[in-house]
Amino acid sequence: MTVAFFILALLTVAGTAAAMGLRNAVHCVLALTLGFAGVAAIYLQLDAQFVGLTQIMVYVGAVAILAVFAIMMTHSPGPAKPAAYSSYWILGGLVAAAVFAVLAWAIHSDSASLQPEVTVQQIGDALMHHFVLPLEIMGLLLTAALIGAVVIAMDRSEEPK
Amino acid sequence: MTFPLDQIFVVAKQWMRGYVPPIAWPVTSAILSVVPILIAFPLLFAITTLLERKGLGRIQNRYGPNRTGPWGLFQPIADGVKSLTKEDIVPLTADHAVHFLAPLLLVAAAFLAYAVLPIGRNMVLVDLNAGVLYFFAVGSVVELAVFMAGWSSRSKYSLLGAMRAIAQMISYEVPLVLATVVVIMQAGSLSTVSIVEKQEGYSGIWLHAHSGFIGIIPHWFVFTPWGFVGFVLFMIAATAESNRSPFDLPEGESEIIAGYYIEYSGFKFALFFLGEYLGMFATSGMAITLFLGGWNAPFSFFTWIPTYVWFFAKLLTLIGGFIWIRGTLPRLRMDQLMNLAWEFILPMAILNMLVAGVWHFMPGGPLRWLVCIVIIAIPCVLLSRRLKRKKKFEIRTYSFAN
Repeated sequence: MTVAFFILALLTVAGTAAAMGLRNAVHCVLALTLGFAGVAAIYLQLDAQFVGLTQIMVYVGAVAILAVFAIMMTHSPGPAKPAAYSSYWILGGLVAAAVFAVLAWAIHSDSASLQPEVTVQQIGDALMHHFVLPLEIMGLLLTAALIGAVVIAMDRSEEPK
Repeated sequence: MTFPLDQIFVVAKQWMRGYVPPIAWPVTSAILSVVPILIAFPLLFAITTLLERKGLGRIQNRYGPNRTGPWGLFQPIADGVKSLTKEDIVPLTADHAVHFLAPLLLVAAAFLAYAVLPIGRNMVLVDLNAGVLYFFAVGSVVELAVFMAGWSSRSKYSLLGAMRAIAQMISYEVPLVLATVVVIMQAGSLSTVSIVEKQEGYSGIWLHAHSGFIGIIPHWFVFTPWGFVGFVLFMIAATAESNRSPFDLPEGESEIIAGYYIEYSGFKFALFFLGEYLGMFATSGMAITLFLGGWNAPFSFFTWIPTYVWFFAKLLTLIGGFIWIRGTLPRLRMDQLMNLAWEFILPMAILNMLVAGVWHFMPGGPLRWLVCIVIIAIPCVLLSRRLKRKKKFEIRTYSFAN
């Protein structure tokens, strides 16, 4: 519990809260990106370099850009004004509390075990030796999704003829 | 072998740190490491703008800037004063907060990349064991800054420029990362410092005992088949990443005037300029680290020259290459840009990984060179023939621009 942790935690919470509260969809994405970056910084502060840097690369570099593109291609120009608070907020709050409880319980019951020093090399070794089959299956799944996306996108462009 | 001049900055830092109490050591040494980077690379930016204008002038058969100071040497200072004193114009309909933050984010992200670049022996800000990954993670933040600039300006040209820039950066980031994979495979590490250390040493000839060993071929990764291909692919992708000619579609003056930063003026415009050049220097520095032996001297009898001199000499050479290419090649068309990335550079980068594997497992000798060169050369010829084929164009239907 250091000063750095509190600053990062504040940044993350503020970012994600703003992502829920802001009216302009692009502002929401930018605020959410701040939250992602805060989480990544917390990972880095915990010496989990691989997870932290991958978080930045995937969420800040790719997911945020994807979300922004999606908004711009589907959204009508000008900021829309939907209600900032959904009527399902009680249900949402319950789900959030449940997730928090499970995580807190898991961390609390496991607090005795020491944190191992994991380097990127060890993660790579584990992925290439012990977990090589799950890795390949994930790769196949993602390739299938990618081809599916391309097929769907191609279909539309052939229609006008 | 270390020479006193080589470690002069490291020793100076230790000496300056000695004046503060031990509690303040981490903060002091961080400041002492960061400040030189914050001074040296913007200074290099100033020098490069002059070099570029002079070089382009020569290529285009004119003089370039020659009025400010002797041979126009003070031109960067004049440019700096000009951009500082210009009025800062923000469009009325712009999103003010995002419009303000975009150039800051761009420059901050560009500076962060320097943290893992080994500039000389023992001269790296942090030696992360995932250094290369850090470099690309920080680099991906630039795309977000570009989007923020283009979107917040509320201008068609800005938005088009940002869309072009992001599409280009995403397309070329894939081959950029894949081109570095071969080095990581061979070095077995993601740390930039240990990648440079793997490239130490020379092949050469033994003269008589008096003068000893003379190394003429350094063990840089660029002097292997996979390293050479990786270096070329990396530099092409790096040129596209930094939006430079011939990949300068995002800011094509004749089409969309200046792209995503058209609505910026004064110092914010200068910040975009700075960020773009800093990104180019950082990627070039990464290319030097990965392929050109980092701060290692090219010949064993030149090791007495300080290592940071070698780093900056290599950096200036690469910058010279960038300027030369900018003055020589015409701009690509959008479809050519995308075809080059996905149909040529990406397959070659993946093939190059195979070559690196073959190189690793075959016994050394001429046969290994031959096999690797054949694996690269044949697909290279076939793929480039495919690119040259005439393409038929149809009238396009636009889904989002109508």
